[in-house]
Amino acid sequence: MKRVVLVTGGSRGIGLACARRFQAGGDRVAITYRTAPPGALAGRSGTESLWPVACDVTDPAAVDAAFGRIEAELGAVEVLVCSAGVTDDGLVLRMSEERWSRVVETDLSATFRAAKRALGPMLRARSGRIIVISSVVAYLGNAGQANYSAAKAGQIGFVRSLAREVASRAVTVNVVTPGLVATDMLAALSAEQTAALASRVPLGRVATPDEIAAAVHFLASPEAGYITGAVLAVDGGLGMGH
Amino acid sequence: MSDATFEKFKKCAVDVLQVPEDRIVPEASFADDLNADSLDLVEFVMALEEAFAITVDETELDGIDTVGQAYELVVSKL
Repeated sequence: MKRVVLVTGGSRGIGLACARRFQAGGDRVAITYRTAPPGALAGRSGTESLWPVACDVTDPAAVDAAFGRIEAELGAVEVLVCSAGVTDDGLVLRMSEERWSRVVETDLSATFRAAKRALGPMLRARSGRIIVISSVVAYLGNAGQANYSAAKAGQIGFVRSLAREVASRAVTVNVVTPGLVATDMLAALSAEQTAALASRVPLGRVATPDEIAAAVHFLASPEAGYITGAVLAVDGGLGMGH
Repeated sequence: MSDATFEKFKKCAVDVLQVPEDRIVPEASFADDLNADSLDLVEFVMALEEAFAITVDETELDGIDTVGQAYELVVSKL
């Protein structure tokens, strides 16, 4: 397909895997990045290079400017994947206001911001897809991740409300909740810690980023046109559908 | 209401609400005559804000039910 896709946080991890999936399918894919400029942008032959935009998703003006550049260069965004996110773990008793706010701002408020900016053209086009990358911890909770879990659960409430607001315009909004995925976030842990976590997963292993991207790609497809407000768990059975 | 301002207003309404031009008359009700839902009205207001370089606060939209009322609101901000 030849859609314009934007993946926030698309320079690495799950976001990059999503961007590569869309790229391989023939879409024109823009990615935002904040910390790490993306590496190789070219896909397999016959596909267009990824289109990187530096953007701090916590800054509304920067988000607006990034959309403006994409609209000018590629066209209106038809598929938005919100994958930008951070963790900053700590027990609640020792968690500063700043640590709480930074994670909620980056993971939850930035989702609102990007979705809001993307909606206008989607409503006018009477079509559009928004997919938000949440996490299994939204449902399960995780000691040390109260800020992250709250932001990720907040994304689900946000998506379900938005899905109702825009359903009459054939714009769908859905959530994917990954479990343990082999990304930089997980690489920060020791091999023993990772093995211990993986042993709790019914499927007994960590996911590859591309396994999350496959679900995202499906939700963006024409075949998924009747799915909105859904939470698709891709977590090896960690949450058993939640 | 045949001046350039109303023409511009009407163009926004036709584009966003997707109704024929001759139905954009002062007494037309957005909900009953133009089949506009709340999302249409939000889009319409956003189009007006852009076209006329004005800002409309949510609270100002209370009680705006007809084309004429919306037009008056726009004119009051020019």
